[in-house]
Amino acid sequence: MTDLHPIPPGTRDILPDEMRELRALESALCQVFEARGYGQVATPAIEYDEVLARGDKRASSAAYRFFDERGDLLAMRTDMTIPIARVVSTRYAGAEPPLRFFYLGAAYRTVRPQRAQLREFMQAGVELIGAEAPDGTAEVIEVLCEALDAAGLGSAVIGLGDADLYRQLLTELDVDDERRARILDRLAAHDLVGLAVEVGELEPLGTGRRDTLLKLPNLRGGREILDRAKEIGGDAVERATSRLQATYDELEKRGVADRVQLDLGLLRDLGYYTGAILEVYDPALGHILGGGGRYDKLLGRYGRDLPAVGFALYLERLHLAQAEEQRIHEEEK
Amino acid sequence: MVSGVEGATRRSLDGALKLAIPRGALFEETLDALDGIGVSTKELRSDSRSLIFDAGELTIVTMRPSDVPTYVEAGAADLGITGKDVLLEQGDRDVFELLDLGFGACRMVLAARRGDDRLAEAERRFGTVRIATKYPGITERYFEETGRRAEVIEVKGSVELAPLVSLADGIVDLVATGRTLEENDLEIREEIAASTARLVSNRVSHKLRAEEVDRLAERLHEAKR
Repeated sequence: MTDLHPIPPGTRDILPDEMRELRALESALCQVFEARGYGQVATPAIEYDEVLARGDKRASSAAYRFFDERGDLLAMRTDMTIPIARVVSTRYAGAEPPLRFFYLGAAYRTVRPQRAQLREFMQAGVELIGAEAPDGTAEVIEVLCEALDAAGLGSAVIGLGDADLYRQLLTELDVDDERRARILDRLAAHDLVGLAVEVGELEPLGTGRRDTLLKLPNLRGGREILDRAKEIGGDAVERATSRLQATYDELEKRGVADRVQLDLGLLRDLGYYTGAILEVYDPALGHILGGGGRYDKLLGRYGRDLPAVGFALYLERLHLAQAEEQRIHEEEK
Repeated sequence: MVSGVEGATRRSLDGALKLAIPRGALFEETLDALDGIGVSTKELRSDSRSLIFDAGELTIVTMRPSDVPTYVEAGAADLGITGKDVLLEQGDRDVFELLDLGFGACRMVLAARRGDDRLAEAERRFGTVRIATKYPGITERYFEETGRRAEVIEVKGSVELAPLVSLADGIVDLVATGRTLEENDLEIREEIAASTARLVSNRVSHKLRAEEVDRLAERLHEAKR
């Protein structure tokens, strides 16, 4: 019997066959990003916890943290967006926007046991700094479409929602803080039964306004859902739909709107998103391929107040989806 | 908290929507609900050994109730039916809860021996109670939320036995009628949660097969009334 030399769960060795395929995938993505004028950056895998937490407290709770020899608390990065926000405000403090960066690197998150979750996973993505909605958002979605094509994922779909919709709607409905947190929680988990219970208890609101909260999260599809959302009504809905409409118009101009599914039920769990949010789905996989969105307030927390937007793709999942799509194509031949 | 990153699971591409349904206590009523929307369940009722059934518009896969969230989260099934108790116990599963189907009503309760003071005494004298359960997640969360400490003892079989032979001071379990508790000389002390059957969906299926998923949920909702 050979001795056991284990590696921690959620990590893995990559051997030549897989590496070759990953390299090809990476270089296809890099080519797209370079061609669109994005420059590659790399940042350290470990940072000061306090600096990362400035960007997003909740992401920091999923980080691996430890003390260094001087007693400072360090954290492994949980994504690349926050480190890049830090780079922009320190290394590009005086640079004229817009700035375009892409990255290819590992990120690290704590795992729940027995769920085949990865502690270490690869992300590939872009950040466009200093470009407002809707132009900036549409540019990034266009790059994302090209990246998915380059990866051979012709049937992948991009979900586009609005992170501010429910925050603004709940303010408009004058819902108290505690209830508001619970409702946002149910929405983020897409627990429609729990949502109905919470909303049902908002008695001072009329049935109509309560229905707004229950019907909106189910609206997803093409341009027609914006009209349906407007019928459901209210100022906050009106504002969110016109933001989505403006982005969608821009996407149509760029010829990529047909890959985008508008989705008023979309809420991502990272706290820094404002306005447009994205998720990427492929029919071959049960989990999302990646996501992103606008984070217009994040850079301000690092001292350079610029609007920004970006996305990240999970490379391991991309690879798996790619293999599935290839298999299907071969079967069809 | 930011969600973890699973190693992705492969799934079937198109064809009929795949619905995971629970064998066991919810099985009959689940089949009745499917009959109610015109899905044929004849084969399901007569064949207790097969696992996968072709029901025309749906492919139906049968499994233990507690496995349903696992299959649905991974996308191995597009939709599933299971009890809220299962969803509460596996609270970190990333599935969308679409509909309360209304049947299979039961309650998650804290129970102890009738007329016995041990639960309160343990709390007073030792600062912690020993609770036997098949639902360690729900139990831990409930005691934490109510500001108490519990030593949770996970058992797989008849949990009513545990307080009778002093393995535990009390139990957390699911009751429908309460008869099993009564027969074992146990009584309900606290109610933790109410449970009914729920329709859940994989998050990618919910987006990419939106119309079919919505239509099925809609029909099940209509048939309920």
